[in-house]
Amino acid sequence: MSSQAETGKNRFILALFGLVIAAVAVYAGYRLLAPPPPQIDVTYNTVSADGLYQVTFETDLQPVPVGETHAWILTVTTPDGAPVSDAEIAVDGGMPAHGHGLPTEPKVTENLGEGRYRVEGMRFNMGGHWEIRVGISATPGLDEAKFNIDL
Amino acid sequence: MQARRAAAFLLASGSLLLLAACGADDFDENEKKAIRSLSLAALPERPIDPSNRVSGDPRAAAFGALLFTDTGLSGNASMSCATCHKPERQFQDDLPRGVGAAETDRRTMPLAGVAWSPWQFWDGRRDSLWAQALAPLEDAREHAGNRTAFAHHLAARHARRYAELFGPLPALDHLPADAGPKGTPAERAAWAAMSPDDREAVNRVFSNLGKALAAFEETLRPPQTRFDRFAAAMLEGREPEAGNDLSDLEREGLKLFIGKANCLECHNGPRFTDDHFHNTGVPPVAGRADDAGRADGIAEVLADPFNCLGTYSDAEPDACTALRFMRRDRAAMQRAYKTPSLRGAASRPPYMHAGQFASLDEVIDHYSRAPAAVSGRTELRGVVLTERGRKALVAFLKTLDPQRASDP
Ligand code: HEC
Ligand code: HEC
Repeated sequence: MSSQAETGKNRFILALFGLVIAAVAVYAGYRLLAPPPPQIDVTYNTVSADGLYQVTFETDLQPVPVGETHAWILTVTTPDGAPVSDAEIAVDGGMPAHGHGLPTEPKVTENLGEGRYRVEGMRFNMGGHWEIRVGISATPGLDEAKFNIDL
Repeated sequence: MQARRAAAFLLASGSLLLLAACGADDFDENEKKAIRSLSLAALPERPIDPSNRVSGDPRAAAFGALLFTDTGLSGNASMSCATCHKPERQFQDDLPRGVGAAETDRRTMPLAGVAWSPWQFWDGRRDSLWAQALAPLEDAREHAGNRTAFAHHLAARHARRYAELFGPLPALDHLPADAGPKGTPAERAAWAAMSPDDREAVNRVFSNLGKALAAFEETLRPPQTRFDRFAAAMLEGREPEAGNDLSDLEREGLKLFIGKANCLECHNGPRFTDDHFHNTGVPPVAGRADDAGRADGIAEVLADPFNCLGTYSDAEPDACTALRFMRRDRAAMQRAYKTPSLRGAASRPPYMHAGQFASLDEVIDHYSRAPAAVSGRTELRGVVLTERGRKALVAFLKTLDPQRASDP
């Protein structure tokens, strides 16, 4: 191999090396600037603050929509899975980062039995991180469950 | 050798940076998601209004189009909806405040996309297009008409079309020429003297008049803009067609809009509105009556006999979701106004609910200063913008304009 070709190859390897370094630098910069991944519970299944209730929800529209009023079905059980069917439920929420609430006042419109409740009037008016608080009052006591939703 | 190595490194990293700074790749995945959500491709199908049985009916829309320009529907036979909502001007009038029989307190709103809007008016004091249409008809500063006069006019000019949609008109000959609950003292007295059955029959005709007008307004879709064509190309991963690309400045504006400038907090979705009400600290117009915005709209829509839960609505009560789950917190809604769509805004100054700002530059200036509200609390936190950033935001807003030469 001529020394000419040798230098050409070296130059190519060097350029490749530079590219890799640059890519790593850009990626590191991106990691440095991007917010850390949120350490929050994003499942639609949660335990209330004092541990009295296990709460899950399903929505009638999938995925959870922005800009569309929709309904949720909440299921409330005791921690060992017994349905809580006599609960009084209040739903509220908002965006902690923006300091505003929901654009609507959702309400439980039907007790479906077996610990299931229909909540109507759910509406999210922008994408981003929402917090939904479900106040539950039933025989085991008063407690609040919180869902974190990223839209 | 050392110098060469450095040069090669510079070349490689330089080309990488260049790659990141141009082409569709200057938007990351989150930004692309936001751009898609703003584009017309994300507009859901036109909703049918359950409270209006002729919603979505093309015959009703054709009748409504006729009524929209019918000057017979006004006190002095010279005014129609189109007097203020000019079809050739995006269905608005370029004035700070709409002028009918007299000047009103608010700016005439453009009508493209109203079918998707759960609330009508700047303060959302009506919950459907048909209930909305009834308000200007008998407002003394707008059409200045009255209910029996409208019924007589329909009988004289539109009896056949009316009957095709709503059944025959009731007997009207025995009713006063001018009577209504909102008119002059004489008109109100004449209305009070009518039998409850006659008032009910006339109200029914009046509500049907609104329903036909609504069926027409529903057909006004937001037109495609350069932004939509750019977004479509970007999302399909191809180059935009000639004339549909966004310049560097416009791209910067778009990035700001969906990013640091926080505009997306309220102007989101394909109509650039969250359909909600916000106090943004826009100052009142000096010398005008106090305007509490949505704070007053809440009680008014609940009291409206033509709302979704009223006698003249065709909806099952369950279907009236906007009204049933309406946020009723009056204090939080002090001087809050409906987020307006920004589609087409660039070519129709002035801006805001009473035409407070004459140009987009003034609007952007307001957002960067975020002044305190005269009453209630502004939701704006103020955005720091460079001179170029301001220009970029304005340049981006212009890409939402259907009136440009490149946008038929
Ligand atoms: C005198 C001028 C004028 C006339 C005539 C007029 N409007 Fe309006 N229109 C306005 C103004 C001003 C507003 C905003 C008023 C407010 O919010 O208080 C408005 C608001 C509206 C809205 C609400 C749009 C939205 O996005 O909330 C609709 C729909 C509408 N008008 C339709 C009509 C129809 C239909 C007619 C005819 C029956 C009509 N207008 C006649 C000036 C007028
Ligand atoms: C907190 C919600 C909110 C945010 C954030 C927001 N806007 Fe607005 N915007 C509104 C409301 C509400 C109005 C109408 C206010 C009024 O009339 O009093 C409005 C009006 C406007 C108008 C005038 C439109 C017209 O037809 O009169 C423009 C233009 C506008 N906004 C652009 C922007 C831009 C650009 C940003 C980002 C820098 C932004 N907005 C951020 C809520 C918001």
